[in-house]
Amino acid sequence: MTTTRKTTYREAVREALRDALSRDERVFLMGEDIGRYGGCYAVSLGLLEEFGPERIRDTPLSESAFVGAGIGAALVGMRPVVEIMTVNFSLLALDQIVNNAATMPHMSGGQFSIPLVIRMTTGAGRQLAAQHSHSLEGWYAHIPGLRVVAPATVADARGMLWTALCDPDPVLIFEHASLYNTAATLAEQLAPVDIDHAAVRRAGTDVTVITYGGTLAKSLEAAEEVAAAGVDAEVIDLRALRPLDDATIMDSVRRTHRAVVVDEGWRSGSLAAEISARITEQAFYDLDAPVERVCTVETPIPYAQHLERAALPQQSDIVAAVRRVVAGGG
Amino acid sequence: MSSPERWTQPQPAGTPAATAARPTSEQVIAGLRATSEGGPELVQLLTPEGERVHHPEFDVDFSDEELRGLYRDMVLVRRADREANALQRQGQLGLWVPLLGQEAAQIGAGRALRPEDMAFPGYREHGVAWCRGISPKDIMGMWRGTDHGSWDPVERRFHLYTIVIGNQCLNATGYAMGQRFEGKVGDDNGEATMVFFGDGATSQGDVHEAFVWASVYDAPLVFFCQNNQWAISEPTERQTRLPLYQRARGYGFPGIRVDGNDVLASLAVSRWALEECRHGNGPVLIEAFTYRMDAHTTSDDATRYRHSDELEAWKLKDPIERVRVHLSRNGIADHDWFDAVQAEADELAAELREHVYNLPDPPTERMFDHVYAEANPVLAAQRDEFLSYMSTFAGGEH
Ligand SMILES: Cc1ncc(C[n+]2csc(CCOP(=O)(O)OP(=O)(O)O)c2C)c(N)n1
Ligand SMILES: [Mg+2]
Repeated sequence: MTTTRKTTYREAVREALRDALSRDERVFLMGEDIGRYGGCYAVSLGLLEEFGPERIRDTPLSESAFVGAGIGAALVGMRPVVEIMTVNFSLLALDQIVNNAATMPHMSGGQFSIPLVIRMTTGAGRQLAAQHSHSLEGWYAHIPGLRVVAPATVADARGMLWTALCDPDPVLIFEHASLYNTAATLAEQLAPVDIDHAAVRRAGTDVTVITYGGTLAKSLEAAEEVAAAGVDAEVIDLRALRPLDDATIMDSVRRTHRAVVVDEGWRSGSLAAEISARITEQAFYDLDAPVERVCTVETPIPYAQHLERAALPQQSDIVAAVRRVVAGGG
Repeated sequence: MSSPERWTQPQPAGTPAATAARPTSEQVIAGLRATSEGGPELVQLLTPEGERVHHPEFDVDFSDEELRGLYRDMVLVRRADREANALQRQGQLGLWVPLLGQEAAQIGAGRALRPEDMAFPGYREHGVAWCRGISPKDIMGMWRGTDHGSWDPVERRFHLYTIVIGNQCLNATGYAMGQRFEGKVGDDNGEATMVFFGDGATSQGDVHEAFVWASVYDAPLVFFCQNNQWAISEPTERQTRLPLYQRARGYGFPGIRVDGNDVLASLAVSRWALEECRHGNGPVLIEAFTYRMDAHTTSDDATRYRHSDELEAWKLKDPIERVRVHLSRNGIADHDWFDAVQAEADELAAELREHVYNLPDPPTERMFDHVYAEANPVLAAQRDEFLSYMSTFAGGEH
């Protein structure tokens, strides 16, 4: 018999960090305000007291430096976990991530691997304005050499970190800011969690809703809403944004013949565009209606609350898109 | 900070992990001494006790009227700041970034700027904005989300607030290079630029690059660093071993540490630095040694990482109190005058409150504005689609 306990997403990430720090002494944390302050989303609260300042490092204010230093530390055999406050500030470290972390294994002819984990918050919805609210994980999912994951559930938040640390390649973990306070019941005995596969979060027969991260909950709620009107939606949580798990997506679309992609990124050149293209390439003749996308309006994320709300994909938008694809086609 | 060893002391090895987060009482006292003393090179014209002292290089004669004006500025911006903080607590603003404690640094620098000079702020420079003739109403409207800052940066010579740490330093460098390129530098009528950033920002590559660029292009740029001792929860020691003003040397331009809680010194040093830039001798780095007396922002709880003793020690160096003492002790202002300033501050606060309560919510389609300078067909189509979609909801609720 397994015992269970209620855990928030925030606690789950913290437990995963604590677990990794305890299991492997090569693991250490670096970032701004992660020590004394406990992290700007309070994820690492208490870890400094528990593991000391050598392993929980408050760094000088420089994203490029702590990502670059993380790469160096990974090269020497450490297992750094770097925290960037938000994906918006990861842009200051883009060179290190894209030109170094992503290319070194290849350009060294496989002599190096970069077992670096970079965690960052992504997404909007907390009224923090454009420079704190963008969803740029789709950009990173464009880059060969990186692994990109987006835990949307408490269990994935708990389990993905260790798998990421065991992976020899750099792994970027995107935590949507709206998720930290969500809670779920976790088993006391945890099984390893993979970072390769998408998961079907709700089985259905009429339409496939494909999403990840911060829009999973909205998609599930939208699925419940349309269920009341007799539409049975399947909801897929991508989990891994690179490499993408085509098999799970296509298997579902071949059964439902309809697809809606929900992505908090901007539509043009987005992850949603990529998924839509793959469905067209791999399952075109199984489709009964064109693929629909629900994305963020293509403006910088507004600051005012009601504007921000209107800019982002909402349950009502997903419901409307699902209704359109179900009504369309044969 | 006066003793150089402080900057090179290694972390004691083998500090027990459990106690490492909380400093010992000796460390606290050492820290207090270090943070509250600016060191021997600190330029000061008015002591915390309100005594006027003289400085061999940076002395300025202030008329009584100027002194009263500086006091009034500081009282009013502090009152506006406190009001905004309270309004945020009431849910009227999305966020507020307090300037409490940094009034002297900002008013000194702001009043040293000439109308034609340019200023690039970070996100805490409400005092500088005040000196550029920008009403706190505009700043509050921005933090409420009504607009993205309704002042005209060209007319006010005050750029937009910058949130991403340090990156305005490069824009300011380019601006100052432009001033030089346009021949606006070289004599008494020259122009200059001033850029504001924090102690934490000095660790960013952008700031280093701005130092390099401004230096090799002789840009008429004053780097005004408010060292308020904290970058959210990280003390200045996390950013530097060396007192920050000394960094300028490595880039080949002068660096000066000024008492950032002394409005006279801040003004005198800023004026000097701007003059240097006007005449083509820029850039200059000013480190205003001050203290963030409130939390980082309204979302922060500073008790999580710093001791209240430190705040108490800095309260004794309050930037406004020392001017008040100086004015009254020297008969430059009397009771009635102080009361009048206080009344003016309260009136301002009431006016701001009223203004914020009545700010209209912007229409939702406003978010499509100004993404590009000119109408863009793709965006226009999105906007139209959005509006027709919205109209399908009864009552316009999304
Ligand atoms: C590039 C970047 N990284 C991180 C942040 C988050 N952040 C906001 S303010 C701040 C501290 C800045 O400290 P300092 O430069 O000393 O300015 P102060 O807030 O003290 O005025 C940090 C880390 C940010 N805004 N931009
Ligand atoms: Mg600071």
